[in-house]
Amino acid sequence: MNEMNASMPETPTTAGPTLDGRVPDGDIATKWENHKFSMKLVNPNNKRKFEVIVVGTGLAGASAAASLGELGYRVKAFTYHDSPRRAHSIAAQGGINGAKNYTNDGDSVHRLFYDTVKGGDYRSREANVHRLAEVSVNIIDQATAQGVPFARDYGGLLDNRSFGGAQVSRTFYARGQTGQQLLVGAYSALMRQVGAGSVELHTRSEMLKVVVKDGRACGIIVRDLLSGEVTSHSAHAVVLATGGYGNVYFLSTNAMMCNVTAAWRAHREGAFFANPCFTQIHPTCIPVSDDFQSKLTLMSESLRNDGRIWVPEGFDDNRSAAEIPEAERDYYLERKYPAFGNLVPRDVASRNAKTVCDESRGVGPLKNGVYLDFAAAIARDGAEAISAKYGNLFDMYQRITGENPYEQPMRIYPAIHYTMGGLWVDYNLMTTIPSLYAIGEANFSDHGANRLGASALMQGLADGYFVLPYTIGDNLADMLGQQAVPTDDPVFTNAVADVQNEQQRWLSINGTHSVDYYHRELGRIVWDYIGMARSKVGLEKALSEIPTLREEFQTNVRVLGSAKTLNQSLEKAGRVADFFELAELMARDALEREESAGGHFREEHQTDDGEAQRDDENFSHVAAWEWNGVGTAQTRHREELTFENVALSQRSYK
Amino acid sequence: MSSGHSETINVTLKVWRQEGPNENGGFEVHQQTISTDASFLEMLDQLNEQLNEVGTEPLAFESDCREGICGTCGVMINGRAHGPQTATATCQLHMREFHDGDEIVVEPFRAAGFPVIRDLAVDRSPLDRIIESGGYISVNTGAASDANLTPVPKAAADMAFDAAACIGCGACVAACPNSAAQLFTSAKIGHLGLLPQGQAERWSRTENMVETMEEFFGSCTNHGECSAACPKEISLDFIAFMNRDYVKAKIKNRALAGQH
Ligand SMILES: Cc1cc2nc3c(=O)[nH]c(=O)nc-3n(C[C@H](O)[C@H](O)[C@H](O)COP(=O)(O)OP(=O)(O)OC[C@H]3O[C@@H](n4cnc5c(N)ncnc54)[C@H](O)[C@@H]3O)c2cc1C
Ligand code: SF4
Ligand code: FES
Repeated sequence: MNEMNASMPETPTTAGPTLDGRVPDGDIATKWENHKFSMKLVNPNNKRKFEVIVVGTGLAGASAAASLGELGYRVKAFTYHDSPRRAHSIAAQGGINGAKNYTNDGDSVHRLFYDTVKGGDYRSREANVHRLAEVSVNIIDQATAQGVPFARDYGGLLDNRSFGGAQVSRTFYARGQTGQQLLVGAYSALMRQVGAGSVELHTRSEMLKVVVKDGRACGIIVRDLLSGEVTSHSAHAVVLATGGYGNVYFLSTNAMMCNVTAAWRAHREGAFFANPCFTQIHPTCIPVSDDFQSKLTLMSESLRNDGRIWVPEGFDDNRSAAEIPEAERDYYLERKYPAFGNLVPRDVASRNAKTVCDESRGVGPLKNGVYLDFAAAIARDGAEAISAKYGNLFDMYQRITGENPYEQPMRIYPAIHYTMGGLWVDYNLMTTIPSLYAIGEANFSDHGANRLGASALMQGLADGYFVLPYTIGDNLADMLGQQAVPTDDPVFTNAVADVQNEQQRWLSINGTHSVDYYHRELGRIVWDYIGMARSKVGLEKALSEIPTLREEFQTNVRVLGSAKTLNQSLEKAGRVADFFELAELMARDALEREESAGGHFREEHQTDDGEAQRDDENFSHVAAWEWNGVGTAQTRHREELTFENVALSQRSYK
Repeated sequence: MSSGHSETINVTLKVWRQEGPNENGGFEVHQQTISTDASFLEMLDQLNEQLNEVGTEPLAFESDCREGICGTCGVMINGRAHGPQTATATCQLHMREFHDGDEIVVEPFRAAGFPVIRDLAVDRSPLDRIIESGGYISVNTGAASDANLTPVPKAAADMAFDAAACIGCGACVAACPNSAAQLFTSAKIGHLGLLPQGQAERWSRTENMVETMEEFFGSCTNHGECSAACPKEISLDFIAFMNRDYVKAKIKNRALAGQH
């Protein structure tokens, strides 16, 4: 057994003590109000005495940094982008939920809360979700006041649509660019504070270490991506708003630079990582077209309202779509789920696409997709009507594939799109390291095992505008009079040296393959075994293949150039190294969770109809993993979940 | 383009290499064999794999979303910002827009306000300075009233959106013979100035943003190259809007301050 395999546990994982989410007592509907009242406050004059670091300036980070700056804290914000406006949040298309009930169709805070807990397949913390639903209405007000141009009706009032199978219309949207418009709003609020001097903005600056002293987070180590300079920054509290880890799969709908490094390095310093196996697949993406494919593009789910999904009935059919007669087509979703047909939920649609492709019934040059056919809709409504609804999506598809979806069916395949897992946080959004917070997609979030459409934007902005700015004061109030740890303290100087050594190590290996080569190979393993469907056998394979590949990566990667200039391969090397460790933990987490829930589908745990089967008796808990050092298995802790306000039920779409 | 049929083409790439902001740069020539299904940036990814293999440092170029929305990408392709296809960011361009045997010249965005960092990567941070000087509506978190309190006529909301679609890529500046940033700046001034929420600061915003813009960028002589290169097709009308508001702002800001 090589040394890398030593990190695989020989014995079942030790179960650590139970975690407490520190949820306040009382009625679900008044908890947050009461908690806000009972938390300690920092008076306006004293806020200036506190320094807060915010890493990440996407929706969550920009909204938090701006709000903290407005309150009077001295804020330092960091992003590896050249501008906060580039964060991955910019790419969100569909919309943002808010329980405004402007459409008078029976929506309420309680209904949004209920839908989110149920949609999450009962693996989220009720109290957090309720708070999220409560502040959702404030987000819409705030964004509108900032000038976010949400869609409006002819009376000039805000328009809503229904999204992701919700039975009410509560989704606010700005054409197909809701994420862009919300981020530009948060970015402008942030830039106002930068101009006012309350926020010091560090762009092209990558956080590579969280610094902890006496068990408390006291700062970060940052590499300037242009000069390579490694610097220390101290503060009374550190907030990570660094996004999700979907790019562990290499191919995903995430932006190219999204990575887990900030969260992972916090994990390595002691922050527990929760539910890493809860990842979400989106069913309608454009399939991979060749070996150098760099990322995947999402096509809006709304297409399933009019498109019919099918594959040839026979195996290895090489005919074009037009040559396959109607009788030899298998509209498999309509056949298997007559009630919901093509509109079954994301995970069901995705798994079925995988099944037919695995059976050699996939379509397209690489046989890696299924058809989404608009011929019937065009015959029924006319090409013009279809174009009015989906014109921009059809154009986007044609631009990427060179195929005209008005004339031949689209080809689609599922892709990784969102990660529900992340750093474990308590009700105040604090990780298991005191003074270290995680917000937005970076935390294990309010979405349980599955996120509903239009709820990630909501959560990021809820955390950043309306939750963290309150809860952080409760912790800071106790530190009044204490100076931040000086950056010449050995905890900082040692950490700087660690980061510099790491950079040099990558440059000195001089092996044969690029960082991307290993990332792509890792992505294949993660996708095959920890993707849409997982099994004990597959996960054990992943646990043997990942360490072997990692060992090769660590000794045979080739990173050229220097650490003193812009060096994109060097940046990626550290990120991919962290993906390797994360991937292994994802496999362990998936293996230990002997149930199917939301995005986590264990083949051994399904109903007779092939639906995900939860095991509420044994797995109604959050799994939060504690780092024990390189080469030692992490400890699995649990936070028990209790459902007092929403009744547990089993899904069925027949 | 023929449906569904990808072919493989050979192209000659002339790419700009420059080690740092203060170094001299020059072109390097590379042959690439590539599928027409690949995106332009995937072709550069492939080039980088090959460079790494032979021990040459990969080409630095920037991208993130690769969907035309984040504004991170952007190079000059055969002298055009973002390349030959209209309303298309560099990352959305595919090799099926090129032919077998083509020579493709790839350079960084060139503008006095955008110094080269390395190879094809440039520094566009002056655009952030313009936003910082006034590209916002001053409303603290929690201070907003109900979103439906003030109806916004749909036409105004739609036009504000057209301006707000700007992705901050800087192609307008790179395309302009004077390296002017009028289109970018006017897109923000138009977005906020068309909405009722943006009225309180309309005049001070315009004055501050225009003056900050002038610190970093050249002046506009109405060439219109900016709008032609813009991946979001931001209209020149917004420049006219900004110019009108700037003239008015000069008068109104004095009036508002009580100096008639
Ligand atoms: C294609 C697509 C469409 C989507 N559509 C929707 C939708 O319609 N509705 C919805 O609700 N959700 C949608 N989502 C999900 C949603 O967009 C994201 O979950 C959300 O925007 C994440 O926001 P964030 O602020 O947490 O992180 P991000 O926006 O990812 O920001 C992360 C920030 O952290 C910084 N960062 C990260 N690591 C470091 C480091 N080590 N050092 C310094 N800085 C660092 C980055 O520079 C960036 O500023 C979509 C996602 C995708 C992929
Ligand atoms: S106006 Fe157009 S070209 Fe200029 S920055 Fe905005 S999107 Fe880019
Ligand atoms: S990479 Fe985002 S716009 Fe091109």
